This record gives sequence, structure tokens and C-alpha cells, in this order.
Amino acid sequence: MFGLNAKDTRLLWIVIGLTMLAPFLLNPFPEGSELAQFNAGYPDLMQRFVIFGIFAIGFNILFGLTGYLSFGHAAFLGVGSYAAIWMMKLLTMNVIPAIIMSIVFAGLFSLIVGWISLRRSGIYFSILTLAFAQMSYALAYSVLTPITGGETGLQAKISDPRILDSNAGEFGRANLFGLHMNSSYELTIGRWEFTVNTGYYLAACVMLISFYMAIRIFRSPFGMMLRAIKSNQQRMNYTGLSTRPYTLAAFVISGMYAGLAGGLMVAMDTQVGPERMFWTASGEVVLMTILGGAGTLIGPVLGAGMIKYMENIISKINDSILHQWFSFLPDGLEDVIVAVVHPFIGKGWSLTLGLTFMAVVIFLPGGLVEGGQRLGRLFGRKSAESDKKTPPAE
Amino acid sequence: MSTSNFTRRGVLKSGAVAGAGLALPTIFTARSAAAFTNDPMGSSVTLGFNVPQTGAYADEGMDELRAFELAVEHLNGGGDGGMLNTFSSKALGGNGILGKEVKYVTGDTQTKSDAARAAAQSMIQKDGAVMISGGSSSGVAVAVQALCQEAGIIFMAGLTHANDTTGKDKKANGFRHFFNSYMSGAALAPILTSQYGTDRKAYHLTADYNWGYTTEQAIRESTEALGWETINTVLTPLTQTDFSSYIAPVLNSGADILVLNHYGGNMVNSLTNAVQFGLRAAEANGKKFEIVVPLYSELMARGAGKNISGILGSQNWDWKLENQLGARYSGTNAFVQSFGTKFGFPPSQAAHTCYVQTLLYADAVTRAGSFNPCAVVEALEGFEFDGLGNGPTLYRAEDHQCFKDVLVVRGKENPENEFDLVEIVEVTPVAQVTYAPDHPQFAGGNLGACNPGA
Repeated sequence: MFGLNAKDTRLLWIVIGLTMLAPFLLNPFPEGSELAQFNAGYPDLMQRFVIFGIFAIGFNILFGLTGYLSFGHAAFLGVGSYAAIWMMKLLTMNVIPAIIMSIVFAGLFSLIVGWISLRRSGIYFSILTLAFAQMSYALAYSVLTPITGGETGLQAKISDPRILDSNAGEFGRANLFGLHMNSSYELTIGRWEFTVNTGYYLAACVMLISFYMAIRIFRSPFGMMLRAIKSNQQRMNYTGLSTRPYTLAAFVISGMYAGLAGGLMVAMDTQVGPERMFWTASGEVVLMTILGGAGTLIGPVLGAGMIKYMENIISKINDSILHQWFSFLPDGLEDVIVAVVHPFIGKGWSLTLGLTFMAVVIFLPGGLVEGGQRLGRLFGRKSAESDKKTPPAE
Repeated sequence: MSTSNFTRRGVLKSGAVAGAGLALPTIFTARSAAAFTNDPMGSSVTLGFNVPQTGAYADEGMDELRAFELAVEHLNGGGDGGMLNTFSSKALGGNGILGKEVKYVTGDTQTKSDAARAAAQSMIQKDGAVMISGGSSSGVAVAVQALCQEAGIIFMAGLTHANDTTGKDKKANGFRHFFNSYMSGAALAPILTSQYGTDRKAYHLTADYNWGYTTEQAIRESTEALGWETINTVLTPLTQTDFSSYIAPVLNSGADILVLNHYGGNMVNSLTNAVQFGLRAAEANGKKFEIVVPLYSELMARGAGKNISGILGSQNWDWKLENQLGARYSGTNAFVQSFGTKFGFPPSQAAHTCYVQTLLYADAVTRAGSFNPCAVVEALEGFEFDGLGNGPTLYRAEDHQCFKDVLVVRGKENPENEFDLVEIVEVTPVAQVTYAPDHPQFAGGNLGACNPGA
């Protein structure tokens, strides 16, 4: 269906199921229970899951297919965000123009950056993109302050012109033809509480479309050409084939994905700051892709979810919560265990993430996807044989 | 490889599925029935304390967290009650807020707007916080304040000193107890001119964000009005740690005063660099070269060590206030007493403002009889109170800014211990630092209407 083979269709349906049921799947623990700490089914975090999923899917089109490692993708995310917030300030709080313009501007910007950076490959390409990203960050931070608002960033204000809105002059909310992005419906079933949020479902639908397009790109002749570039670019050049247009196209497409993610971030939460373009943000998307499995379809989305989960959930566990958990232990032992766990929670969440990342890279070079495949092979019903004949899922 | 199936059946099938997918989200448009966001239903109410636990302002953040912990303890009837005993409003009885036990959640702002907003969102959406407080940077305060306005939550700003927080970025759901750049300028300028003369030439180094801009503007305008001249102003990145290249040109610029519009770790580094370059021993234009730090704090003084002695600046509050200037500042000793007993050292001004903000919020809810943000806004607007350490104070209705006396302080020459680093030079009466709500330094803002959310 949708022009996909059976296997990809199944993958797409799984992703559709997961994203549509996310508010329920991510809140498995009843409200008020001690494990409710690990619930991730609140709108802001779910939105982050899918938005960074889009960002990582786009990055994977460049890195996973062509092997070009860009260290500057956060710049496109930032450009998309700034374009989106300006559309909201000038035109309307409706998110459609904001999202469209974020893609357009990020595409144009990535065309310029790609046209210059793609003259080199390997480490030189990475450094060039990193330089561009840091340059954009510095520009947004201090040089272009009138456009970017400097460190404070930009927000929707009452005084914005918003020429297409009938309620300009009042406080505007991001909406889709009147449907507010932050409106939610609280569903209480027994002791469980689920939040169904408009913004999340918009972002999720956009993510599904992006995911579908990524599958089509992966399976197209164009995708095959990109993979050929990854495996041996020199040989392709010797056969008389210019690879530049293909890499540039892949670069621009992944830049547009990043811009789309930036635009959606603004649609969900109408504010932009330059730290979104800082090099650590570019590094984060690299981590997401590798953690999930570079070159695979679903991997980057899983990686994005994993990192955002750790950042938002692990970082909120503090010592008093730990004491609650281990209160059943004798006092001395309880203190020892809390002291041992302490460095890995709260502000130490990045330490936990680092260890996880190392473990994944060392033991599962194919990322979380490889872990899933191994599990599948372990418990699968004789499907191991057929797996050997077909190449691993991508 | 792509497998194309543009047959009639294929298109119909795909179209139906896509249509169903697009229609799905529109089922969920109902809104919850509560009158306002996070109406506390059970026997407890949750407050969110969002402070920097990592980054340049982490010291301030940790002290704020201690103050919040103490405030919650006092609200729930624990400890010695602290300022509840001296507060002029007697609505709070140590039985929580409106009989509900106060609980709190914490988050890390990382002094980044995005991280701060993500932490605040999780407090609002996941933990059901009905009020957010804290923060140690004006950039973050402005970002979180806007978020709270949108979500229908009260924001009680922590340490934020830029004019913008209650100026061009003010919001109906946001309140600031801390003083601001304009007040620093108005309090400092007369003292600077009387100490250093009226024919001085100033050189500004300014942190490159909204707080830096408004502080530089405030100091420049109020000193220029008294005869000073501004030679040059230079912006420095917030992430800068070595200011040598910015300090080097100062001596030959013709200036005889250096104003460091820096805070936290920035200020400690730039001041240390300035002293290393011999600025404090230098002479320029036949006068002794002087350094001014508009916004002072004990934590910064501790970081800067000996270098800070003799340098003038302004503060919102100091733990020695009541001992040195009498009962007008009652509440100070009560707070220092309970903070010192619990943690073993005196509180910083960041801790004080956060403690007071929590009490003020709890009091406003109790007086209003409701957690509804609009009722709280009404209870706080134009509220006059005393006994919270700053003397008689007004929460002005026009911009949600507190008006109270401002301290001009100086780094002590021979501190007796590591907590007694600052001496109070003068207390500027509130009348001298009051300005009209439409003052040019605060222009362009609009409170808008209060938003109860949901």
C-alpha cells in the first residue's frame, strides 16, 4: 500500500500505531503511584519525541545514506525556527504559513551551506558544517540581534502586527484554523490519566508524512544512488558520474527536514532562542542517529525518543525520590545505595546517557535497531532462516 | 526500489487510509472541565521551583532551592515559621495554602531558555504545578514568564534584574519582587558622583543579553544626568571566561571609571582580570581609577575574594540589614535565623527574594480564597505589605514590580569571615527609585489580561 512493499508497509503501520497511541503507551503507570515518575505521556515531551524524530529522520537521509557526517544541522533547525516565529509575528498565529516558511528558509540556507561544504568530504566536510553552524549561532546571538532577539530570543507578543489575523492586538495562540495547539483533553480511566493534545497530533501527523517520504527516498533509485556514494564515491566519479548534485540534493532535503522540525517546535511552543543552534544541539542529532541505528528507517526516531526521555525524565529524579524508592531497605544500606545512584540522576543524566551510548556503540554497533533484531532472532519463530536471505531491515 | 501501484484500487485504498489518519486528531477537541489550569483537587498543592542547577549561575540556583525548601517548610507549619511571624498580612496560618499541604517539584533551567521552558512545561503538564518560581537570569525569566502566561500559571520571578521582565516583556501572570536595572542606576548614581566627583569618564563592559543592555542603559542615563561622560560601551559574550582582551584597551581609552555590567561567574572573571591589569592602582585624567559593579551579590563577592574590596554596587537585600539599620527592615533577622539554623550560613539575596515570593504567592491565594490565577493577580496587584525584610513594599498594579528601598553596598576592606564580605553604604529610600510605569526604559510592554488557562 502507498506504493510500498509489504515489509515497509508493516513498518509504517507500526509507526502509525505507536505515534497515534503514544499518549496511552507512554503513561503505563497509574497517577500517584511511585512509578508515575517514569511516565512520559505529557504533551510537551511527546511533542519533543516526534519533533526530534523528524530532525533525526532528516539527518539520517544525509548521514545514513551518503555517509556525509554533518556537524551543523542545528543551524537549519534554528533558521526554520526563526522563520516560523517571524511568520507568526507578521502574518498569523495559524501554524501553516509558519511551517511552510520554515521549510523554505531552511532549504535555501542549506543550499548555500551545502554548495560550499560539499566541495570537501570526510572530516573536512564535518568541520565546514560545524563552522557554518557556529557562525550562525554567533550571528543569531549578537550580530543579528534586531532579527533574532539575541540571547533573549523571540516570542509572540500582543503588539505583533499579525496582518492576517482578525484578533491582532489580543494575545494570540498558535492554532490550526482555530484549533489551539495547546488545547488538551484529559481522559481518566480508573487511576490512569491520559492527556490527548492537539499539538501533539499535528506534530505526529507531520512526522508520519516525513517518515513515509523518508521510506520512499530510501527505496527510490535516488536513494540507491546515495548509497552508492557512501560505499565508493571515487569509483562513481571514475565511471564519469558526477555525484555532487546527488549529495547536494540529499543535503538540502535533510536541511528541510531540520527546518520543518524547527518550525514545529515554534508551532508547539512559540519561542526561539539562539542556543537551539549551538554546536551541542548539532551533536545531539548525531548521537540520536547513531544510538538508534544510522542508515535504518526507524532507528533515528528511537534514538531521538531515548535521548529526550533521559533528558526530561532521568534529570527530574532527585535524592528525596531515591530515598522514597529504597525506603524499604535498612537505613545504612539505603544511604549507600542512594549515594551510589546519585551521580547518575538529576543533573547527572548526561552521564547515564554517555554510558548508555558507549554500551550501544560497543555491543550493538547497529544501534537500538540491531538490538531489536537480535531479540527478534532470539525469540522469533524460525524466521531466522529467512532473515539471512534478505538484507537487514533498513 | 519503489513499487508503484497507481491502480484505481490502490489509490482508493491509500486515500481512505490517509483520510482516516488526518481525521483522527479532530475527534479530540474537547477541553477539560476545570475552571483554570491545574486546579488542585486533592489534599495537596504542587509548586514548581525552576532554578539553574548547572552552568554559570548554579551557585545562585542552589541557594534559591534552599530558600524554597525553607518556605515550603514554614508554609506547612514546620520549623520556626521564619518571616510568617513578621509578615504584615496574617492570612497564613502554617497549615499549608487554603488547608492544602504544599508539595514542590524542582527543575534545572541550565540558564538556557529552551531547557527552562521544557522543565517548566513538564512541571505544569506532568506534575500539575499551579505556580512556577525561581530562575537566575533575565533571559530565562522572560521566556518562562511568557510560557506561564500562555499556560495560565502564575510566575513568581526569582532573581531577575533586567528592566524588561516588568518592562517591555511584562505579562499579567508574572510578578517580580526583585529590584531592577533602573533602580540600581537611580540608587547608585548620586553616591557615585559624591564619592568620585561629577567629572568622570566611564567605560562600560556589558554582558551581551537583555539584562546587560538595560543595566548599561540605566547606569549610563542616571550618571550622565549628573555630569558623567560615557567614553565607550563594549558587549561581551555571556560564555566568555577570559576578559583580558576587553580590559586591555580600557586604560588608554581616556576613561577613569570602569563599569562592569556583569553578573555571577562573568563578573568574578572580569573583575579579576581588571585587577590583574592593575586598573585599581592606576591613575587616569589625574584621578584614581575606579571600578563599579552595578549588581552585587554575596556569592559573587565570595568568588571575587580580595579583589572586590572597596568596589561600589547595589543590592536588593542583605542579611545584616535589620541589625545595622533597625526595625524598619524587620523580617530580615527572622529569615536569617531560620535559614542559618537549617543550613549553617546566612542566605543570599537570591534566596531572600525566592523565599519572599513563595510567601507572597501563598498569602495572595489565601486572601483571594482561590488558586485561580486571575484571583491571585487581583490579590497581588497594588498589594502593600511589610515585615518581609525590605521595609514597606508595594506590588504595583501597572507593571507587577515591587517598589522598596534599594541598598548601595561596598566590598569590605577587612572582612571578618567569609559571609561578611559586603558593607552597607547607604539605603536609598523607595521614593528616589520609583519611576512612572511608562518610563522610556520600560516602554513597549503590555501586561494583557490575566490568563487562567484551561
